[in-house]
Amino acid sequence: MINFQYSRASDVADAILLLTAHPGAKLIAGGTNLIDLMKENVEEPSRLIDISRLPLRKIEETADGGLRVGALVPNSDLAYDPLIEQRYPLLASAILAGASAQLRNMASVGGNLMQRTRCAYFYDTATPCNKRHPGSGCSAIEGLNRNHAILGTSASCIATNPSDMSVALAALGALVHIAGPSGEHTMALTDFHRLPGDTPHVDTNLGAGEIITAIELPPRGFAHNYSYLKIRDRLSYAFALVSVAAALELDGNAIREARVALGGVAHKPWRSLEAETALRGQAATIEHFSHAADLLLQGARAYAHNGFKVELARRAIVRTLMQAASATPQSQTHKKIA
Amino acid sequence: MADAANQIPNRIPTNLVVNGVRRTLDLMPWTTLLDALRDHLELIGTKKGCDHGQCGACTVLVDGRRVNSCLTLAVMMDGAEITTVEGLARDGALHPLQQAFIDHDAFQCGYCTPGQICSAVGLLAEGRARDADEIRELMSGNLCRCGAYPHIVAAIQQVMGRP
Amino acid sequence: MTGVLDVLTHTHRPPVADKDEAWKDEVAPDEGSPFRPLYDDSIKFNGQPIALVVAEDWEIAKFAATLVRVEYQEEHAFATDLEAGRNKATEVKKPHEPRGDAAGALARAAVRHEADYFIPTEHHNPMELYATTVVWNGNGRLTVYDKTQGVQNVHKFLCSVFGKKPDDIRVLSPYVGGAFGSGLRPQYQVVLAMLGALALKRSVRVVLTRQQMYGLGHRPATIERVGLGAKPDGTLDAVTHEATAITSRYEDFSRNDSGWAEQLYKSPNSRYSHKLVRLDVSTPCDMRAPGAASGVCALECAMDELAVALKLDPIELRLKCYSDRDQSEDLPYTSKQLRECYARGAEAFGWSRRNPAARAMRDGNELVGWGMATGVWEALQMPVAVRIVLTANGHAEVSCAASDIGTGTYTIVAQVAADALGLPIENISVKLADSTLPQAPVEGGSWMAASSAHAVLGAAEDIRQDLARLASTMPSSPLAGVDAADVTLVNGTIASNGERNDAVSIADAMRYGKLERIEKQKLNQFAEDKSHARNTHSAVFAEVKVDEQLGVVRVTRVVSAVAAGRILNTKTGRSQIMGGVVWGIGMALHEETVMDHRFGRIMNANIAEYHIPVNADIHDIDVIFVEERDDRINRLGVKGLGEIGIVGVPAAIANAVYHATGKRIRRFPITLDKLLA
Repeated sequence: MINFQYSRASDVADAILLLTAHPGAKLIAGGTNLIDLMKENVEEPSRLIDISRLPLRKIEETADGGLRVGALVPNSDLAYDPLIEQRYPLLASAILAGASAQLRNMASVGGNLMQRTRCAYFYDTATPCNKRHPGSGCSAIEGLNRNHAILGTSASCIATNPSDMSVALAALGALVHIAGPSGEHTMALTDFHRLPGDTPHVDTNLGAGEIITAIELPPRGFAHNYSYLKIRDRLSYAFALVSVAAALELDGNAIREARVALGGVAHKPWRSLEAETALRGQAATIEHFSHAADLLLQGARAYAHNGFKVELARRAIVRTLMQAASATPQSQTHKKIA
Repeated sequence: MADAANQIPNRIPTNLVVNGVRRTLDLMPWTTLLDALRDHLELIGTKKGCDHGQCGACTVLVDGRRVNSCLTLAVMMDGAEITTVEGLARDGALHPLQQAFIDHDAFQCGYCTPGQICSAVGLLAEGRARDADEIRELMSGNLCRCGAYPHIVAAIQQVMGRP
Repeated sequence: MTGVLDVLTHTHRPPVADKDEAWKDEVAPDEGSPFRPLYDDSIKFNGQPIALVVAEDWEIAKFAATLVRVEYQEEHAFATDLEAGRNKATEVKKPHEPRGDAAGALARAAVRHEADYFIPTEHHNPMELYATTVVWNGNGRLTVYDKTQGVQNVHKFLCSVFGKKPDDIRVLSPYVGGAFGSGLRPQYQVVLAMLGALALKRSVRVVLTRQQMYGLGHRPATIERVGLGAKPDGTLDAVTHEATAITSRYEDFSRNDSGWAEQLYKSPNSRYSHKLVRLDVSTPCDMRAPGAASGVCALECAMDELAVALKLDPIELRLKCYSDRDQSEDLPYTSKQLRECYARGAEAFGWSRRNPAARAMRDGNELVGWGMATGVWEALQMPVAVRIVLTANGHAEVSCAASDIGTGTYTIVAQVAADALGLPIENISVKLADSTLPQAPVEGGSWMAASSAHAVLGAAEDIRQDLARLASTMPSSPLAGVDAADVTLVNGTIASNGERNDAVSIADAMRYGKLERIEKQKLNQFAEDKSHARNTHSAVFAEVKVDEQLGVVRVTRVVSAVAAGRILNTKTGRSQIMGGVVWGIGMALHEETVMDHRFGRIMNANIAEYHIPVNADIHDIDVIFVEERDDRINRLGVKGLGEIGIVGVPAAIANAVYHATGKRIRRFPITLDKLLA
């Protein structure tokens, strides 16, 4: 870890001022990803601005029947919040599929959105990586890429976003509330994370000096027909090879509304409006779910070691949609896959 | 090389209540809670197994919640109440989980044990684990290379009063 | 920079020995030149230490290390890939001499199975980081607190490397946070800490990071080629096993991977060989059940494949080939209750209810598989010395340089001493892992339980003799004139054996002798006995459930039936076997050190991406100790338990995965991508 200065923001405006005044500074809340990366010398901020005491810890109902979740709500508090458990169980399930109880106690909602890829080359300063060191090259494309992306990749980067929570938020159509030097604005979560393109070092569309203040969940919670299925190399405490968040609204067996988002396969939570549109009005059957899976995976590109992910994702999508349709969501503790 | 980038940071006064005792430390911001406990307060019960939040050996309770102290900057914990494995026994009597770990031979080398026990204290306080599968899942942030997991689960079940 | 004390490199460090012999520790490979940290400017492997930054505190040292600039010059192309280098392998010492014409018999066999099994590089990853604290005592003497499995090995090594007299250095390692073989040899952090202390003439602590620990030893990747030729009735005509393993360019590390069929399965023809591929990696080292964990895994998978080809139950095949003798020397065993392991394990597991066809058992979306395998390990024993100091208050201190790496040496020594001295266990204190204590080898190979227990018996016996003499000469003693052979120490007394119920308290006898303490030290050496083979055995049964579509594997049950002589402590012994089973599950499903051969660099040098089992991966593990009385191996009939628990487990799981899915995965670990393929 290199040296850095430390200051504590007194309020959101102060955090923005400090960020603007110190170009090499970074915000810190739970710190679970940032401190890890600082110890690896991947992140080398000149200053940490501690926002952990800012009053952004409320979970409030919005006028339209949704929920507004403060950016500093710890992941575990969000997952176990009664309103979330009742109305957005998909989100609760996705959060509980990630990390460990300790890390979920520490990690904030905003920090979860900001977590960086787990690509081994990104983490290892001894190897080239365009995300860590723009222009140095991507070691993964011709290297070890079993864990890497199959969708939305570029010639510069094939890293994945490691978040589980974001996958559920993408499916739920969450909004990100942002404050910055030029005021406040919101952004769809699906627009928040970027594809790597030729600027893989830029993970999100958060502007300079900006801070996430809240996540807003729209009224539709898909509380009856949902499932989050995470496939990984051991049964807990591992990053996803593929994960699927599925949410349905059904009229009998007919699909009124469908959402599917994928984790572990792209630089951002992966959704396909085409796939979801194709499901609307159809019967909740394996055939239709398989078709949706094909649409979601359109354009998938495999590298030397991650070809299995295409078929794994296809099967996982169908399975998760079946779980959602039959209202038998995947348990995150009982490991048999429903 | 005397440029600013090579200077070490300033120390910041930090108050912690550790196992019920108020401690004031002057810490550089890069000192983790784990290193503050071990190197500054000589509370070496809390262990460093990976220093990256991957093993849970450093688990302590901050204001009653289990966290990885290796990924926690001590200066950010100013004013917090920290409980380490050294703070679990009461009046010379082991915490029920400590006793249960002994009863069930729930450790071999013992290195992960302080983290396992602090994690289990947090688990019980959370009240989310009702059966063995839930204990297994919610204790999965604590690696045990000796492979004592079944006995760790049995020890926790004993304290939960569930078979 | 403020706080930085020194930066040691090969051009700036205290002097060290320059002869290879000085760097060869007790368990160094015979062939080669041991690694010497900061010795010269040559780079032997990616991850090698090249400088030591010493600072007032750890964070400053870590920061300062980021500012060290290094210039490299490439001397020759490097290689780290075992499979790419397989054709350059050189054969080293055979585990056993060949018998008959194995190649010919295999070629002619009615039923033949021959295949390669790949075991990747694995790392021990004990939970405790490797660390050494060298305390500068000011009088030229150094106290070294090291993480090691052998304090006297480290002591001798440091004396020879740094040209010190034995009294100059004392090495302690009273508590070890796991090691599993990684601490058998002195590791480089102890050399670095010594260099730092000698350079600065002050106390220095070196703590490795988890990532740096991947530059220590490892279980070498191996390609295990096994050939089995059988008659249609299931008896074997030929066994061939060729192991091809990684070693470093600077040392030839080898072990017995391939010879285990010689103990297990009767065959008139056999050939075993071991080959090394020298690559630009750090030297491998022993890792829990070295050789057997890998070699028996391949052998037992191959036996399962042969059973399928023969349409025989896997246990039936093993019973048809069962060998009552170690075929390499044609020796009987001191004891071998392996048949009973099969029977008891099968019964506890419910093996008789197994449908022999693959993919025939299911539970909803999951295919269910039942697999089994045999385990075998050596029952080794080594010379160990113990000192017992008995004080008149009925307390005894037992001391020995042996280590306890979590395996229970403290407990065993205390309970054997309590038993032999007739004292309550609370009255026994045990001191271990100090180089100044009586001699002990490194703690490994499952030899320490038998070796330390018998050393305790030896010293206790001398104490008993002294006490008997006192008791028999005390005025008006009920034991007057009694022969030393006729008394036992029990309940704090010296008591006559047999019908006479006479006793003298130990305290009275010592008071009579005007003795505050009796101190006895004895080196126990086991009589050499080449007339019998000595092994421990197990039968392992595993149930897996595999999601048919997604390939997710869950190990839902394991039964391990172990025959390992007398079990000194069933509670801690059970834990040893259970831990071995967890290791076996990791080896079967999770563990693999992944290297990018372009850089010769390990890319998962952490414990987030190098997966070991977590709590959620582990379910029911049933350990059965099969009674095995062994009057020949040693006085107590003890064989040791540290390794046998893992052997056989990976194969039992792989065989269960085959039974569930019909897919034979010969490349470990069995990850779900291989099952989807």
